[in-house]
Amino acid sequence: MADVALQPTRVVASRSARRTSSLKSALQRKSTTAFLMTLPLILLIGIFVIYPAFYAIHLATLNKAMTKFVGFGNFQFLFKRETFWMVVEQSCLFAITAVIFKALIGFIVAHFAHNIPSKKQRKWRGMLLVPWVIPPAMSTLAWLWLFDPSYSAFNYTLSAFGIGPISWLGEVGWARFSVILVNVWYGAPFFMIMYLASLKSVPDQLYEAAAIDGANWWQRIWYVTLPMMRNIIAITTLFSLIVTFANFDITRILTAGGPLDHTHLFATWAFKIGIEGSDIPLGASVSLFMAPILAIAAVFILRDVSKRGNEA
Amino acid sequence: MAEVSLRKVVKRYDDVEAVRGIDLEIADHEFVVLVGPSGCGKSTTLRMIAGLEDITDGDITIGGDVVNDVPPKDRDIAMVFQNYALYPHMTVAENMSFGLRLKHYPKAEIKSRVTEAARMLDITDLIDRKPKQLSGGQRQRVAMGRAIVRNPKVFLFDEPLSNLDAKLRVQMRIEIKKVHQKVRTTTVYVTHDQVEAMTLADRVVVMNKGKIEQIGTPNDLYHNPATRFVAGFIGSPAMNFLPCRLEETGGNVNVRVSDRLAFPLPPARAARYQNVPRNEKLLLGIRPEHLTEANGHTAPGVENFETVLDVTEPMGMETLVYFTLEGTYVCGRVDPSAGARDGAPLRLAVDLNNMHLLNEGTGAVL
Amino acid sequence: MSTLAIDKAGPTRKVKYGSMSRDRTWAMRWSYFFLTLFAIFSLVPPIYMLITSLKGSAEISAATNPWWVFHPTLSNYVELLTSNQFLRFFWNSAMVSVIVVTITMLISVPAAFALSRMKFWGSATLATGVFLTYLIPDSLLFLPLFKMFAVFGDWTGIQLINRWYVLLFLYPTLTVPFCTWIMIGYFASIPKELDEAAIIDGASWFQTLTRIFIPVALPGLIAATIFAFTVSWAQFLYPLVFTTSTDQLVLPVGITTTLIKGDVFNWGQIMTGALLGAAPPLLIYAFLMDYYIAGLTAGATKG
Repeated sequence: MADVALQPTRVVASRSARRTSSLKSALQRKSTTAFLMTLPLILLIGIFVIYPAFYAIHLATLNKAMTKFVGFGNFQFLFKRETFWMVVEQSCLFAITAVIFKALIGFIVAHFAHNIPSKKQRKWRGMLLVPWVIPPAMSTLAWLWLFDPSYSAFNYTLSAFGIGPISWLGEVGWARFSVILVNVWYGAPFFMIMYLASLKSVPDQLYEAAAIDGANWWQRIWYVTLPMMRNIIAITTLFSLIVTFANFDITRILTAGGPLDHTHLFATWAFKIGIEGSDIPLGASVSLFMAPILAIAAVFILRDVSKRGNEA
Repeated sequence: MAEVSLRKVVKRYDDVEAVRGIDLEIADHEFVVLVGPSGCGKSTTLRMIAGLEDITDGDITIGGDVVNDVPPKDRDIAMVFQNYALYPHMTVAENMSFGLRLKHYPKAEIKSRVTEAARMLDITDLIDRKPKQLSGGQRQRVAMGRAIVRNPKVFLFDEPLSNLDAKLRVQMRIEIKKVHQKVRTTTVYVTHDQVEAMTLADRVVVMNKGKIEQIGTPNDLYHNPATRFVAGFIGSPAMNFLPCRLEETGGNVNVRVSDRLAFPLPPARAARYQNVPRNEKLLLGIRPEHLTEANGHTAPGVENFETVLDVTEPMGMETLVYFTLEGTYVCGRVDPSAGARDGAPLRLAVDLNNMHLLNEGTGAVL
Repeated sequence: MSTLAIDKAGPTRKVKYGSMSRDRTWAMRWSYFFLTLFAIFSLVPPIYMLITSLKGSAEISAATNPWWVFHPTLSNYVELLTSNQFLRFFWNSAMVSVIVVTITMLISVPAAFALSRMKFWGSATLATGVFLTYLIPDSLLFLPLFKMFAVFGDWTGIQLINRWYVLLFLYPTLTVPFCTWIMIGYFASIPKELDEAAIIDGASWFQTLTRIFIPVALPGLIAATIFAFTVSWAQFLYPLVFTTSTDQLVLPVGITTTLIKGDVFNWGQIMTGALLGAAPPLLIYAFLMDYYIAGLTAGATKG
């Protein structure tokens, strides 16, 4: 201490000058370091997501050999094809039905899981999340085998009740059902886990207050649980809509779009046209039709995320 | 009629008994406060009355009907929680009217009840706000409004003021008392704060370790505590307990506190302690308010003595003085003008007319 | 008004004196009943995979009761585990997944640190923007990427089509955004006082990151790692498009394309392959379930 006191003001002045300049360069350093730290992320997304997305738009305007510019030619071609409208119908039907069931089943199962004592919950949670852990390609193979036209284990069991063999993947109606079923089997656990976590965050006292106010069990769900979970329900549903709408794996393996193109989604049909049919521009046009739906979903999600940020 | 009675009520969790058999009769329109330290079972008892906890043994009746198996929604009670438990997505009006809307009361009726309750609690301009826009005190009022609007048989309060700051607590205490004067519903109120108990209650129930120590009016408990626990719990700062002995020499009974300090037993207490064995170790209970500065006047039962103060706490309207007597830390309340200073001697007067003798082993007040 | 003149003429509810504890036991019974139902629904496919994998092809084509193994055999397992082709698939998957996880963490963690702690121009938009990349699905990008890589291959001579290392560029687009988001959440929950204490103690930004943040946010790191691994292991579309020769394939594609030889479905082997393919994620899940779930629900609770 005494040493410092001995130094005259000279040193103090230069030290303060050093301090301001080092502060400035520290700030500069901070921004640049921060930027550098996020650069790989930005580059990754820029090169492999953003750029290809725009490139897809460019590709969609080319002819099959990719030599000429044909403007909206590909789109006009698609609008005239019956298969295209089937794909639109199936994609919407598939996405909406599957998401509704996933959310509903997820919510119901989460509720039951929430009811049992916490110690036992872990075991059940573990079992119920298994469908989501198994790579979808693997589990879809199991379903493919379960639905096999000649050896279906389901048909074997049904025949014991006298119910005739069902052509799970051969008949249009059943094929659509099967594809939705597998998607729901795969996706419901995700909803369950998210909803269960959200259920736990609703304070017990609100339920007690509602019980004292005279609410029975479904009134408690309607007036307390659902409003408190509104945000998480909205976000999971929207994201699931996007992911389900753009689904590829399950449909490809189960039906490859059949029978007769009735279960094709945008993704599988684009694959068939673009890779198997070597017509990349046309395939790109098909997959671009997902864009409007995704954009609308994006708007809703952004609104919800910012709303949640404000409410907290 | 909305009397509440608890008969031999027991609550057991696995092998822990939180409530160990309590009997309590609450009359219609009465304001009863359950008070005690944390873990004494008061909240558990309240929750059993509410139906939020199962009753292991015993009976609880509300308005003459046994309600052991009746779910909360059918008991016609209302509860105000410590954390308010307001529905965050509903406005104040919707929060207050929730119970009525569930029972499909006519809209006009709901509106009039809500307006009336809001006026009573002075929250009329908040009626369209959401809970997150309200302060703690306002939220507590809304919680009370929710209870009032239903006009139930019993109000239950679970430490409603514990989350408020000191000043607000005083204010809300008055509000609660005013509401009770207006509405006159039977009320069971739980708190750990004995000041709230004393100021709000018609009768106070002091609980400790799952059992009732004493039931009585605030004055009863203050002047005639039945056990050491009650004596030490009621009153702030707490009663002083000094080891002592009764000595009898030739017809005069003295209370000996130390080798150098003994007080003659005041005539007002002589009859009461006639049969107390002499020369046995007892506790002398004397409240700080009965240990004041000596003022020169003598009165029967008031004895003076001199001591050296350890610490003084000037409170403005009085000064708390602390000193040591035979190893026990004693508290007294003197006038600020008495000249009390840390470390300085002071002449004090003890009013033995308000003394208590306790058996240390049993905790009983003799 | 001296007393609240409330007319109790509102509709009275019929009071049901049911037993509360009886209601509660019934609620529990129903809960367990439905949970068992759903558990069965969830576990039927994997269990069926196991059952089939233990059957020889003779038993399968004999079409006896499909839910039971009469002559259990490990021949499927032996055949696959000694098949160079299958082992190649496994190896490719493992390599790709491990490398992708490393790449992901190397990109996500610094980015998350910068976005959550160092407020710089555009950091808030970038943080939300990162998450929006999930709105552009791989099923939209695979065609333009295919063309891009083909063009790049033509220009530079570096072959990108039908090479497994191409996946090392593509998989991170699927893992990095979510992992970054998880880490931002975990980092944000670390109190600012820790940073300040570290600065006073003389630590640089890098040291703060490595010596304080990473150890404290370890659960988040583990959750993110598990997520990145699982997603990489399960990928189907990108490898299907970008790898075609059998020695380049990863497990999901390998099993679905090669084991299905023409019309003869060697189901015993297929199911064994599928089960072995599902094994790594399942094993990780079995041992690290809590981290797995914590990573998923980071969104639900931390917002």
